[in-house]
Amino acid sequence: MSTLARQIAADFPILGKKVNGHPLTYLDTAATALKPLPVIESVTHAHRELSANVHRGVHQLSREATDAFDRSRETVQKFLNAFRSEEIVFTSGTTASINIVANTWGRSTLKAGDEIVLSHMEHHSNIVPWQMLCQVTGCVIKVAPINDRGELIMEEFKALLNERTRLVAVNYVSNALGTINPVKEIVVAAHAVGALVLVDAAQAVACLPVDVQDLDCDFLAFSAHKLFGPTGVGVLYAKYALLKSMPPYFGGGDMILSVTFEKTIYNEPPYKFEAGTPNIAGVIGLGRAIEYVTSLGFDAIGQHEKMLLKLASDELSRIEGVRLIGTAREKVSIVSFVIDQVHPHDIGSILDSEGVAIRAGHHCTQPVMARFCIPATARASFSIYNTEEDVARLVGAVHQVRKVML
Amino acid sequence: MNISTELYQQTILEYNRNPRNFRLIPDATHQAHGLNPLCGDDYTIYMKIGADDVITDASFQENGCAISKASASIMTMELVGKTKDQAHAMFTEFQNMTKGEASGNCDHCGSGKLCVFSGVWKYPERVKCAILAWHAMQSALNGNETACTE
Repeated sequence: MSTLARQIAADFPILGKKVNGHPLTYLDTAATALKPLPVIESVTHAHRELSANVHRGVHQLSREATDAFDRSRETVQKFLNAFRSEEIVFTSGTTASINIVANTWGRSTLKAGDEIVLSHMEHHSNIVPWQMLCQVTGCVIKVAPINDRGELIMEEFKALLNERTRLVAVNYVSNALGTINPVKEIVVAAHAVGALVLVDAAQAVACLPVDVQDLDCDFLAFSAHKLFGPTGVGVLYAKYALLKSMPPYFGGGDMILSVTFEKTIYNEPPYKFEAGTPNIAGVIGLGRAIEYVTSLGFDAIGQHEKMLLKLASDELSRIEGVRLIGTAREKVSIVSFVIDQVHPHDIGSILDSEGVAIRAGHHCTQPVMARFCIPATARASFSIYNTEEDVARLVGAVHQVRKVML
Repeated sequence: MNISTELYQQTILEYNRNPRNFRLIPDATHQAHGLNPLCGDDYTIYMKIGADDVITDASFQENGCAISKASASIMTMELVGKTKDQAHAMFTEFQNMTKGEASGNCDHCGSGKLCVFSGVWKYPERVKCAILAWHAMQSALNGNETACTE
């Protein structure tokens, strides 16, 4: 067994679970990552020991909750290498983060005829908010195509950029294909025509180091739950000047300096974007998840996942009728595949009966499915806790699929 | 749990390999889409219904999983010769079966072919696959264009 997976196996008690009489083989981290004990305990601790509201009370518990909450913001800042912690806005997740940008920066800045460039491999959450924005403002979406490997065609992407381009919104890593996009190069090209760049880093943060100053992106969004943290909490990073100039999205408590019936003065970023009582335990859990990942180190994580990616890709390709969807030269350990004559839903059900959990479907990327002329794929995604035995169980179960269905 | 006996019975696998009534009816009097947003499956159901309310032909198109394809195959076969009211009643019976609430005997489905879906309720995430074509059929009868499993 790989060193990393052996070292951390005890941190993930759920891996001891039996599914349909088999040991659980969890290959659905791209949908949501398993939570290690330190994260589970930090969330429990937050509810048991710090159950108070933040930025409000003068009592001891509120002070402790506020300290823990604010520490998480600094943890995220360091994790992303943001210039200042006020650039970190807590949201309910990647989807909320993108919608906030569309509804604040987008609505207040974009005009009819302005262009937004997306890649063909975006998740629906990085397509639909922009379509909704187009309906309100009259701006237009342009789509940068991908090749048969599932890589962004950079020449065609660059050819779409012009003086009307106001925003480029791309994912760092494709959740359906595993492709790693050359975000730094994308940012340079976008900035050259005066466009801003939003990076959907939901699928990237658990696999790669993400440095917003190095990337020089203007907005970046991610969710805690794909980073071994709790669901329902995420981050919007934006350069401070942008946050300062953007109007707020939700109005309410905590986002104001003063309120009268005649006029409200908004609070400064990040609080301007954090109306209402936040997901306090979730934010604390996110901070703990980041500490956990950082303690493992992205070198070790990358090495481990590369090994599993190669093994799984090689083994699956060898099975008759199996075709990999997404074979980018730069990719994370996500292996999407189809089997001739077998619908991915049926693959998913039979794999489940063997204790192997994968995702079957369109992965909220219907344009990607259309690009490859398939209704759906089966997707196995590998993470820090997966082993070579998990690959072997997957391969065995895929043989079983063919035996049952064909 | 044995998926081969409960879910993927031989009959279902046979209809998956060789779906029945898998064709367009160019002069259909009724048609509708059935959409499962969860997986993106999108079936079209076609029916020809005479002035006496009797279904004289039924078919489906587009591709889906084995469960939805077999269900659409058997449904379209069973519909022929039934009145609209009988078709509505079949829908209800089938829906009850996929919820695990069937009466226990299968007299209602005529030839008994639909009984192959009697184990689907044990796989709740697949119930929508089994019932997709049926929702589309009901929409078509009601004059709607699209049905959705959600």
